Amino acid sequence: MATQTAEDGGAIRIMSVLEMRDVTKKFGGLAAVSGLNLVVEPGELLGLIGPNGAGKTTVFNLITGVYKPSSGDVLFQGMRVNGLRPCRIASSGICRTFQNIRLFKQLNVLDNVRIAAHLHTKANLLDSILRNNRLMTNDRELTEFSLMILRSLKLEDVSDQRSSDLPYGLQRRLEIARAIATKPRLLLLDEPAAGMNPQEKVELMELVRSVRRDYQLTILLIEHDMRVVMGICERIYVLDYGELIAEGKPEAIRKDPRVLSAYLGE
Amino acid sequence: MRILMLRVIAILVTFIGLYMLSQFVTYQMDPYYFQVLIECGVYIILAVSLNLINGITGQFSIGHAGFFAVGAYVGAAWTMIWQPMVVERYSFLQMGTLHGDILNLLIALILGMTSAGMAGFVVGLPSLRLRGDYLAIATLGFAEVIYVLLLNINSVGGARGLNGIPTLISSGNLALFWVFLFVIISIVLSRNIMQSVRGLTWLSVREDEIAADAMGVDTTKVKVTAFVIGSALAGAAGVLYAHFLTGISPDIFSMNTSILITTMVVLGGSGSVTGSVIAAIVLIVLPEVLRFLKNDRMVIYSVLLIVMMLTRPQGIFGTKEIGFPKWRRKQPKTEGRSA
Ligand SMILES: Nc1ncnc2c1ncn2[C@@H]1O[C@H](COP(=O)(O)OP(=O)(O)O)[C@@H](O)[C@H]1O
Ligand SMILES: [Mg+2]
Repeated sequence: MATQTAEDGGAIRIMSVLEMRDVTKKFGGLAAVSGLNLVVEPGELLGLIGPNGAGKTTVFNLITGVYKPSSGDVLFQGMRVNGLRPCRIASSGICRTFQNIRLFKQLNVLDNVRIAAHLHTKANLLDSILRNNRLMTNDRELTEFSLMILRSLKLEDVSDQRSSDLPYGLQRRLEIARAIATKPRLLLLDEPAAGMNPQEKVELMELVRSVRRDYQLTILLIEHDMRVVMGICERIYVLDYGELIAEGKPEAIRKDPRVLSAYLGE
Repeated sequence: MRILMLRVIAILVTFIGLYMLSQFVTYQMDPYYFQVLIECGVYIILAVSLNLINGITGQFSIGHAGFFAVGAYVGAAWTMIWQPMVVERYSFLQMGTLHGDILNLLIALILGMTSAGMAGFVVGLPSLRLRGDYLAIATLGFAEVIYVLLLNINSVGGARGLNGIPTLISSGNLALFWVFLFVIISIVLSRNIMQSVRGLTWLSVREDEIAADAMGVDTTKVKVTAFVIGSALAGAAGVLYAHFLTGISPDIFSMNTSILITTMVVLGGSGSVTGSVIAAIVLIVLPEVLRFLKNDRMVIYSVLLIVMMLTRPQGIFGTKEIGFPKWRRKQPKTEGRSA
C-alpha cells in the first residue's frame, strides 16, 4: 500500500489524496470505527462497503469533520484536517452527499446548487448589500456554472422546482450535483443508490463514472449492496463492526472468506 | 454606468419623496394618526430586522425588544446626557438648527446602532451552541436582563424612563423622513442579501445546518452576522422611537414587545420580508381600530391571531414576496412546471 507521503522524502511519490491513520471513533463504549487505516490515491474510484452499522457513514463523518476522531489522524493532501470545522474541510476540497438526503428543501434545484457554488464567490456581503457590478458579474458566473452542472447531471429541466418536490431518484442526483458544485478534489458518496431498483442503480453508477471523468474527481463511494460496487470500483475497502476486514481488487474481495461471512452472517 | 445613473436617480427620488411626504403629512395630520404612523414605521424596521435573524437564517430569537431598548436608551443618552456635556467645547453640536439636529441624530443613530449591534454580537456568539427552544429562552432572558437593568439605573430615569427627549426636528419636521428612510434601508438590505448567492447561504443555514456546513457555508459567521445586522437595525428603530415619540420608559421594551415583534415575523410568514411589513402594519393598526371595543379589544385581537395561525400556519405570505423580481433564466421553459 502506498502509505508514504511527501514528508517521507526519498523517492518522489504522488501524494495521496486522503489518508486515515489508525483512526478510532468511540461513542460511549461502542467503537463505531476502530484502528482504521485507509488511503485514497489521486483519481481513484474507491469503494467502501460493509453491512449495515459497520461504521461506513461514521468514516465519512470523520473525514468531513462532523465528528472528531477519538484517536488517530485524517490527512487530506498531506495536511491534517481532523479538528477543522466541516465548512473549512469543505472549502479545502472535500465534499459529500448524505445517506439520508439532506437537501435545502424549500429552495429550488438551482438554488441548492448555487449555495454550494458560493465557495467560489469573489463578492463579499457588502457587495451583496450594494448589489454592485462585482456582485452582478460574480452571481451571473455562479449561476451559469450551476446550470452547467445541472445540465451535465440531466437536472436542467427541473432547475426551478422545489427540491423537496423532486422524485426520490432525482433528489439523490441533486445531492451529487450540489456536492460537485463546490469543486471538490475528493468526492464522498454515501449510498447514492440506496432505495433504487437494479436498473436505476446501474444508471446511477454510469453517472458516477461520467462525472468522475468530466470533473476529474477522486471518489470514495459507500455502498451497502456489494454487487453494485464490484462493477465500478477499482479497489474496495470492507468494514465490519468498525474494523477493516479486507482491502483489494473486486475479484479478490468477492472471494474473501471474511467478507463472505460478514455479508452472509448479516 | 447606466445602473449607477438609475440608482442615483432612485435615491434622489426616494429622498425627495420622503421629504415631501414628511412635510405634507406632518402639517396635515392629526397628531394621533401621526404617532400611529411613526409607530408603524418603527415596528416595520423591527419586524424586518428580526426576520433577518428568525426568518432568513432560522434562529429562533425572541428577545428583539432588548436590542430595541439598547438603541433607544443609548441614542437618548446622547441627546440628553452626553451631548450637553460636550457641547460647550464643540459648539457645532448645538441643537436647534437643521444641520445641528441632523448631526446629532446621526451621532445618536451611530451610537445606538453600534451598541445594539455589539449586544447582538455578545448574545449571538454564545447562542451558537444553543438551538431551538434554548436559543429562544436565552434571547428572551437577554431582553429581560436589559429590562431589569433599565428599571434600576437611576441616571436613565429608572421606571419613569427618559422624557422630553429633544425631537431633533425643529427646523421642518423630518420625523417621517427618517423613520421611513430606515424602513426602506432595512427592506432593501434584506432583499439584496436574499437575492445574492451569498444570501442564499443564509437561507441554507435555516434549511439544513449540517448540509450547509458540508457545502462550506460558515454557519457560525452567517448566524453572528445576521444577529449583528438585525440588532443594529433594531437599535436604529430604538433611536428613532426615542426621539420622535420623545419619551421612553422600560415598559415600552418589556417582554410583551418582544413577543409582539416575534408575532409579526411569524404571522407574516417567517422569511418573507413582505409578510413582516404587512404584519407589522396590521398588528400596530388593528388594536387602534379595535379601540371602540374598549376592554374586549385585546380578546378580539388574540382571537383573530389564533384563527389566523390555525388557518394559515405558514403565515400570511409563507416565504413568498411581492415585488421581488425573481432571477429568471433566459432558456425556454418546458410547460407544466411550477416555481
Ligand atoms: N452519533 C452517534 N452516536 C452514537 N452511536 C452512533 C452515532 N453515529 C453512529 N453510531 C453507531 O455507530 C455504528 C456505525 O454506524 P454507521 O456509521 O451509521 O454505519 P453504516 O453507515 O455502516 O451503516 C452504529 O452502531 C451506530 O449506531
Ligand atoms: Mg450509513
